[in-house]
Amino acid sequence: MSNILVNAPKTAKRGEIVEIKALIMHPMETGFRPGPNGRIIPRNIIERFTATWNGAEIFAMDLSPAIAANPFVSFFARANESGAVVLRWTGDEGFAAEHRVDIAVE
Amino acid sequence: MSRRLLIVGLALVFGASYAVAQVGADKRRSGYQDMGDALQKMQDDDTANPGMLFVQLGGQLWSKRAGAAEKSCADCHGAAAASMKGVATRYPAIPQGGDRPVDLEGRINLCRIEHQKAESLPAENRDLLALAVYVAHQSRDLPIAPPYDHRLDAFREEGAAIYRRRQGQLNLSCAICHDDNAGRKLAGVTIPEAHPTGYPIYRLEWQGLGSLKRRLRNCLVGIRAEAWPLDAPEYTALELYLMERAKGLKLETPAVRP
Repeated sequence: MSNILVNAPKTAKRGEIVEIKALIMHPMETGFRPGPNGRIIPRNIIERFTATWNGAEIFAMDLSPAIAANPFVSFFARANESGAVVLRWTGDEGFAAEHRVDIAVE
Repeated sequence: MSRRLLIVGLALVFGASYAVAQVGADKRRSGYQDMGDALQKMQDDDTANPGMLFVQLGGQLWSKRAGAAEKSCADCHGAAAASMKGVATRYPAIPQGGDRPVDLEGRINLCRIEHQKAESLPAENRDLLALAVYVAHQSRDLPIAPPYDHRLDAFREEGAAIYRRRQGQLNLSCAICHDDNAGRKLAGVTIPEAHPTGYPIYRLEWQGLGSLKRRLRNCLVGIRAEAWPLDAPEYTALELYLMERAKGLKLETPAVRP
């Protein structure tokens, strides 16, 4: 169970360009830092973020160790039809999180 | 006739200037006012402020059962929006039956031990910070209002003394930076007035949430003093003094700071 905050409009006009903003709690451990015992803390990052609108991919990005903890992603999409926008984060140590928002297109 | 008008006019002018002086009297600035536009917007937007992730987590922990008593915070306190409103503006305070002040995190740990029969959480533990930020968030936009409890005076005076005491290899006191040189630059960064208006804060440098205690330890290391142990009473004394100093300023929890 991940902590996620998403900011997306509930309604949009057909053809309108909407902004979707997503924030997720994640340590984004780089894999380069030594821990208190001097050993390297193993890498633990989100590797990929994808967004689909009614199943069709509208946005995707690969994340790197240089990205801050609790990454914030913002992107734009054209609202063509009402439907579900599903945001997915996957990463190291089997990390997987999903969040769904419904946008009604008039 | 004209004389009476003059008197009325003068009274108006003095009255107005007195009112202006009163409004202008409080020159205290929260660290928020010294941040750039981008950071202020980040703090103001509840879906961009990473501190809100921890508020969300704290809300989940609030109603989660813990300890041998199998009780959650909500089982005793109910909805935090009503029961915890304004609580963070009054801390640190002396708990019932106690003889020394505890901060908000300390109060949460007391509840865990006494009522939940659970082990206390270590300082800067994620769950403890999440609970503290959730409770403090219920007081957002309320003015800081330290309690009128004379048992606190001695501790507050001790805090004030620590605030003015020179320490560390750099031989600086808190007051030298945060009273005498507040608003000026230290290594390109504006020195804030040190009002604890938004704790626990999400600090970008930390990449996470941290308490006032952690912030104070940062300052101690900065002046090359030896930081007190995590359970030292000095932190609570300093917090008492700082909250009195910031009395009336509005809480912003969770604040974002660079």
